[in-house]
Amino acid sequence: MNRYPLWKNILVAVLVLFGLVYALPNIFDQDPSLEISGSRRASVDSATELTVRTALDSAKIKIKSTATGEDKLLVRFTDSESQLRAKEILEATLGADYTQALTLSTDVPGWLQSMGALPMYLGLDLRGGIHVLIDVDMDAAVSQAMERYNGDIRTLLRTEKVRYSRVSNRDDAILVTFKEAGLRDQALDVIGNEFRDLLLESLDEGGEYLVQAKMSASEQRSVKKFALDQNITTLRNRVNALGVSEPVIQQQGERRIVVQLPGAQDPSKLKELLGATATLEYRLEDTEHSVEDALAGKVPPGSKLYRTRDGRPILLKKRVIVTGNQITDASSGFDQRTGSPMVSVSLDSQGARRMRNVTTENVNKPMAVVFIETRKDTRMVDGEPVIRKVQVEEVISVANIIEPFGRRFQTTGLDSPEEAHDLALLLRAGALAAPIDIVEERTIGPSLGQDNIDQGFTSVVIGLAVVMVFMAIYYKVFGLVANLALLLNLVFIVAVLSMLQATLTLPGIAGIVLTVGMAVDANVLIFERIREEIRNGSTPQASIFAGYEKALSTIVDANITTLIAAVVLFSFGTGPIKGFAVTLFIGILTSMFTAIVGTRAVVNLIYGGKRVARLSI
Amino acid sequence: MQIFKRKSEIDFMGKRKLAAIFSILLVLTAIGSVLVRGLSLGIDFTGGTLVEVGYQEAVELGKVREVLGEGGFGDAVVQHFGTSRDVLVRLPPQAELGSAELSDRAFAALKQAGAGETTLRRVEFVGPQVGDELTEDGGLAMLYALMGILVYVALRFEYRFALGSVIALIHDVLITLGVFSIFQIEFDLTVLAAVLAVIGYSLNDTIVVFDRIRENFRKMRKGSAVEIVNSSLNQTLSRTLMTSLTTLLVLAALFVFGGEIIHSFAFALIIGIVVGTYSSIYVASTAALMLGISKADLMPVVKEGAEVDAEP
Repeated sequence: MNRYPLWKNILVAVLVLFGLVYALPNIFDQDPSLEISGSRRASVDSATELTVRTALDSAKIKIKSTATGEDKLLVRFTDSESQLRAKEILEATLGADYTQALTLSTDVPGWLQSMGALPMYLGLDLRGGIHVLIDVDMDAAVSQAMERYNGDIRTLLRTEKVRYSRVSNRDDAILVTFKEAGLRDQALDVIGNEFRDLLLESLDEGGEYLVQAKMSASEQRSVKKFALDQNITTLRNRVNALGVSEPVIQQQGERRIVVQLPGAQDPSKLKELLGATATLEYRLEDTEHSVEDALAGKVPPGSKLYRTRDGRPILLKKRVIVTGNQITDASSGFDQRTGSPMVSVSLDSQGARRMRNVTTENVNKPMAVVFIETRKDTRMVDGEPVIRKVQVEEVISVANIIEPFGRRFQTTGLDSPEEAHDLALLLRAGALAAPIDIVEERTIGPSLGQDNIDQGFTSVVIGLAVVMVFMAIYYKVFGLVANLALLLNLVFIVAVLSMLQATLTLPGIAGIVLTVGMAVDANVLIFERIREEIRNGSTPQASIFAGYEKALSTIVDANITTLIAAVVLFSFGTGPIKGFAVTLFIGILTSMFTAIVGTRAVVNLIYGGKRVARLSI
Repeated sequence: MQIFKRKSEIDFMGKRKLAAIFSILLVLTAIGSVLVRGLSLGIDFTGGTLVEVGYQEAVELGKVREVLGEGGFGDAVVQHFGTSRDVLVRLPPQAELGSAELSDRAFAALKQAGAGETTLRRVEFVGPQVGDELTEDGGLAMLYALMGILVYVALRFEYRFALGSVIALIHDVLITLGVFSIFQIEFDLTVLAAVLAVIGYSLNDTIVVFDRIRENFRKMRKGSAVEIVNSSLNQTLSRTLMTSLTTLLVLAALFVFGGEIIHSFAFALIIGIVVGTYSSIYVASTAALMLGISKADLMPVVKEGAEVDAEP
């Protein structure tokens, strides 16, 4: 009686081995490191390594090791403080041609890594870093689309020679007004053929004939989806430019984006970069009309009045030659002749073609570069501060087109090298399709992260030790068996977390501590049953058997209810709470295995199949 | 070692009226406090900004308040966090400044308060909109957890047990909230997680007791419902106390060594587990008894297929 068949013992042994192997990577050190990679203009080689070593040696920063890989140099440090100081120093030494990403590197041997055995993935609250939640202004995305349709409809009617009186926007609709019903019907056809996603309706108002165009629900959805996707791409480009390893940029819900940067240090720089909306537009100057007339209020219909940086008024054509969206690459530098900061720009093929056409036709005419930026402006309205987003449009340079050009050219007129640098970065990353707003931010400094790890570890160890002492005293040999199961359970939790690469957070550690407390519950249930059976006069072997048998359904019932709570927590939770739910969930499942099957295997080995006078329980 | 050398025979149900009055008083106090004083909600729910900085030497809070006042943060709440070198600053939501400007400016001001290098340990900003959503989601999560459990227990046992266990859970949650309200301990997201964990834990206890009641109803031929419940409680008593004790031990470790951030989380669980242990003995069983559980309700339903399966 009370013997496990061989296969069951083997199964337990195999699972234990499996757990140990996958938990193993976590005992290796993880070192704060810098990953240095070059840009197009600079490569990483042994010379770079030498430069880095000399620079850090002279600053008395201890390097643990360096290693070169494919166009990359990995420098490891003993603590995160040296890592951060080294980053500052190397930024100054290597300059902007190299990017340095903060990262963690591990000593896990290759054979383990090749099995997919990796250390647990630490959450931001443990390793330090920045988390921001970004809200995308979907209404703005839709109204921008309406603006586009407005312009497209005008152009279409003009090319198709359908004479309209005016095109205006009202609420969520575009209204096109005609003098005659015949023209209106013609327009209905033309617009309907060209824009199949618009819902068209004809209206008669005040003796005029109108076409009302609205976006269909599916079109609105796709506009919103496009805005979100485009924003995610843009934000990813911008974040990559910062040089952080393993950034997380993903959609959350219908209109939110989560950005997580492990190890990043400077939240203000990040937020500035994420929210920036600067872009460029290239327009021709309107030299046919006078600026004085425009200032007096008579702005010609095809033009718009702008101001240059020094406040001088200038009249530009409304038609845009190219916009920031068509810029494929941009880099900052200094103009060779004047020495002033400039941005060198490359266009995509469509933009290049347009630029070449326009410049060919307009040689010796002035072209202007408009710098557009959205800023937040606060005003007091009825004693309440109200934030308004103000679009600032400034003409940064006006120059005569000396000869036609296309794909590559330079833009000057910027205030400072920093402005040139930031503008180049933004142009490279692309524009945001809809305005964004940061609605949540959580930044954890590296020192706090390390404190959290240490404190979490201490409480797990102490909690575990206290429970184990208690169990050993209270249940003697059976208590020791339960302790073995408890340790094994911890190994399993760590192994499963490592395998799934689930994020371990501080509340997650709390979940592990709590599981330690609750994992013994199953054993307490079983052992109390066994004692009860002995008191009722059963033999030791029968008591063991009945104890495990009768406690089983109770254990399952009790654990399933906790699982329900864990699932609810997971589905509702944000970051840290999810971490708690995950460890709780995993802990309950693994503890059921270790407390029921695991302890039974050991108890069977100790007591099974022999005559036992009394149990040590 | 055993807590009870022989079978304990405590007449729990004999004092159930007293316990019921005690519970009702507790719950009413808790509700009263939550209604009158309210919960001291953290920025997770109210929105706002929180900045934690570490100084190299101990700083006086008065000095910190002074530099913040000069920086235009007169309404900041300042406290030490863990040690006298760490300072936690809470700023109410402000319409005119976004998160970026607000926390940067506050940090810049805080640097003035101490000598040496000041490290930014933590920044949390929650927009008012997100705060509202979290509050709503949190309430919903609590409801879903209760509903899920109600359904599970009703399926596994019987609806009267389900109601009994949910009454006990509401009892535990309300009293835990009450304690947080009375002592005005900050209630943040992690505390909410702890309260949800309490729901799971307290139910765990209740289920074990109910399981035994069901077993005894089927097994014991004699005895009134009250007597059966009583002996079930006695049989599970040492297990109930043992498990609560081990869990409380690890929570004490977490409370003492887990650091400041996890403090109120551990505290909520400690309260919840003490109350949950009491409620699984007195509230859940009493409620089930009052709802009129009887032997007939719990006899196993004979499944038609079951007999056939047993035949070889």
